[in-house]
Amino acid sequence: MSVMNRHKFLEKHTGPLIASILVVVAIGGLIEIAPLFYVENTIEEVDGVRPYTPLELAGRDIYIREGCYTCHSQMVRPLRDEVERYGHYSLAAESMYDHPFQWGSKRTGPDLARVGGKYSDDWHRQHMIDPRSLVPGSIMPPYAFLQEKKLNTDNIMGKMRANKRVGVPYTEEQIAGAKHDLLMQAGSLYAEDYSGFEERWDGVSTPDIPNKSTITEMDAIIAYLQVLGTMVDFSTFEIETASGRDDAQSEDVASHQATDEASEG
Amino acid sequence: MSSATQPSPLRSLSSEIPYLSVFLGIGTLFFFIVAILTPEPAMRVHAFIFLAAFSAGLYALLMQLQFGKTPPTDTYNLNVAKAGVAASAFWGIAGFLVGVIIAAQLAFPALLSWETIPWLNFGRLRPVHTSAVIFAFGGNVLLATSFYVVQRTTKARLFGGNLPWFVFWGYNLFIVVAATGYLMGITQSKEYAEPEWYADLWLTVVWVMYLLVFLGTLWKRKEPHIYVANWFYLAFIVTVAMLHVVNNLAVPVSLLESRSYSLFGGVQDALTQWWYGHNAVGFFLTAGFLAIMYYFIPKRVNRPVYSYRLSIVHFWSLIFIYIWAGPHHLHYTALPEWAQTLGMVFSIMLWMPSWGGMINGVMTLSGAWDKLRTDPVVRMMIVSLAFYGMSTFEGPLMSVRAVNALSHYTEWGIGHVHSGSLGWVGFVSFGALYCLTQWLWKRERLYSFALVEWHFWIATIGILLYICAMWVAGITEGLQWRAYDEYGFLQYSFIETVEAKHIPYIIRAVGGGMYLTGALIMCYNLYMTAKGHVRQSEVDGANAPAANPNLVPAE
Repeated sequence: MSVMNRHKFLEKHTGPLIASILVVVAIGGLIEIAPLFYVENTIEEVDGVRPYTPLELAGRDIYIREGCYTCHSQMVRPLRDEVERYGHYSLAAESMYDHPFQWGSKRTGPDLARVGGKYSDDWHRQHMIDPRSLVPGSIMPPYAFLQEKKLNTDNIMGKMRANKRVGVPYTEEQIAGAKHDLLMQAGSLYAEDYSGFEERWDGVSTPDIPNKSTITEMDAIIAYLQVLGTMVDFSTFEIETASGRDDAQSEDVASHQATDEASEG
Repeated sequence: MSSATQPSPLRSLSSEIPYLSVFLGIGTLFFFIVAILTPEPAMRVHAFIFLAAFSAGLYALLMQLQFGKTPPTDTYNLNVAKAGVAASAFWGIAGFLVGVIIAAQLAFPALLSWETIPWLNFGRLRPVHTSAVIFAFGGNVLLATSFYVVQRTTKARLFGGNLPWFVFWGYNLFIVVAATGYLMGITQSKEYAEPEWYADLWLTVVWVMYLLVFLGTLWKRKEPHIYVANWFYLAFIVTVAMLHVVNNLAVPVSLLESRSYSLFGGVQDALTQWWYGHNAVGFFLTAGFLAIMYYFIPKRVNRPVYSYRLSIVHFWSLIFIYIWAGPHHLHYTALPEWAQTLGMVFSIMLWMPSWGGMINGVMTLSGAWDKLRTDPVVRMMIVSLAFYGMSTFEGPLMSVRAVNALSHYTEWGIGHVHSGSLGWVGFVSFGALYCLTQWLWKRERLYSFALVEWHFWIATIGILLYICAMWVAGITEGLQWRAYDEYGFLQYSFIETVEAKHIPYIIRAVGGGMYLTGALIMCYNLYMTAKGHVRQSEVDGANAPAANPNLVPAE
């Protein structure tokens, strides 16, 4: 067989062998990954998705640090039971500012893509201090130490700048006001120190009563959890066709959406 | 120190020492400065770990200069392979132990978790487990075997003088930095690629040197033909380099801080990660260990590889198809459907080269089937191929979207991974370690065949407990998540599906504990073999048949 004979050449020459290997292993990745950067409908166009506020970003870093992604996914699939259990299926647009993504691969605990607003801040605080005090069967480890640990805010501007470098559209204004806005959102500044906070961060409200002298890591991670899945207003969102999803399925899912929102409302 | 500056011993030494010394010297200084300047305590710890490792390396090199040691000229550099065997045994035990601990944490959540101490929480230990078994245990097995195999099959000494030692220590330094980092909370959260940017950069340096040592040895080979095991090693080294560099592209907050943000975000980052993640399986845990299969099985049973033609087809089809399979980790997600479909189709196609390779390995026993009965080491390696076959059938099945809708996010995935890793990667590694210890320390036989039998059976039963428990747990929770009651409401709350897994979790932890026990037995056996002991009861008794290599085949 002549192909086999020609293969003998590769078996005797390191350079051509390694070059052939490189070509063969590069093809798949190039064809699958490269188009995602320029095919337009990969990421839907939706209103409302904004970069994380400084406090949410700091909380997200703690979420990553503690390895929450090893047990919690952030990706609701367009399947009937998931949409009913968790809410509208996740859009690519909702994680477009996530560097890196937090879709996860395992649900030892429930999906968190739409956990924002489902429970109160106090619930989250108590749940992380002692998960089994609220959910007796829970196997989540306790995270009471987050409550004790003062949030490091020194590098928040650096973190936002690094995010900007990888493509998150933070404005210079947002970066400059990072520390102020972090304190503001965590509830440790009075309303007279307001200075443009709500204009800088779409949909973020100022806490009514500032009551915190120290901001802990718990405050940050709760702020992050509370924004998850809340940026897109699904009461006005319309499913576009040809977004790479199965359309029949999307419609099926949409009909269940109404019940879901009613129960949440 | 002073003798290091004298030119005379320098000239007599191999050429890489001055470069290595300068590199290590500058590095030592650099990490000293980082340790002083960094505002982050965890980063300071890492700077000191690097500092200690670099200055130890520098010290070792200077001692070589001081005593004017001439570079060894024996045919092979076997000591670095011996070090690799020892490191594999150590990291194997460490990785399995952490696995048993986190399995027990899921069964008994109050275990090893203190409200005020974050270090030993599941979220931080889980990457310690995965990195320790894949990269520390598996990686050291690959280093040890590749350094051994490439020398034996090219009849040439490892290229680069001290360079293989640089690769060995550099790689293990990466492991230490990665694992301590997870415990301190340093992670970029990409599965199997958790180490932060500076550890990634360091691994890149080490990996390029690894490629250089491997290629350099091939270049000076005294055999015109490059043996098939070396193709697989080469594909593993080159592809892992490509995957590692692309998936870890990131922008650090500053050069003195550990945190970085990955260059890609959202859907692009997800596919890049799973392109990496699946091919960590494909090239680290498959191609590299297939190289072990292609060398150690023929060598141990003293038969040629079953089919030369099949190995060519196996090699090229495997490495071509594997790369495409990543998107099956992202079925029904926000990844465009065309990419999911491509991933599914190629995953199903992957079944064929996988089984082709398995057949090539198993059929190598043609004419020596009696070895399955007489040599427990051979049995271990052949059973590893059986697990490989099972796991590479289960994989394509789970990559079908409809099946994946049920299996994804559940324990079934964990079971699948472990049938591949405990059964295939683990067993073929144990086989190679038994062989290598006997061959490297030039022993007539292993210390005890009975202990290999014990290892084999305890570990096999452990794996079966593990994967059966995970099938039960995974399929149960998958079905419960989608179960509806008679009124059309979801039947189970999430916590009920968690509680349903309690017993399978306990069985899994027991299975893992058995696997760890087997590995401990192996370590004892390897240690005694290296020491040159033979178990007394097996010397005079007739129950040591494999000790006699001249047995006549049964046919």
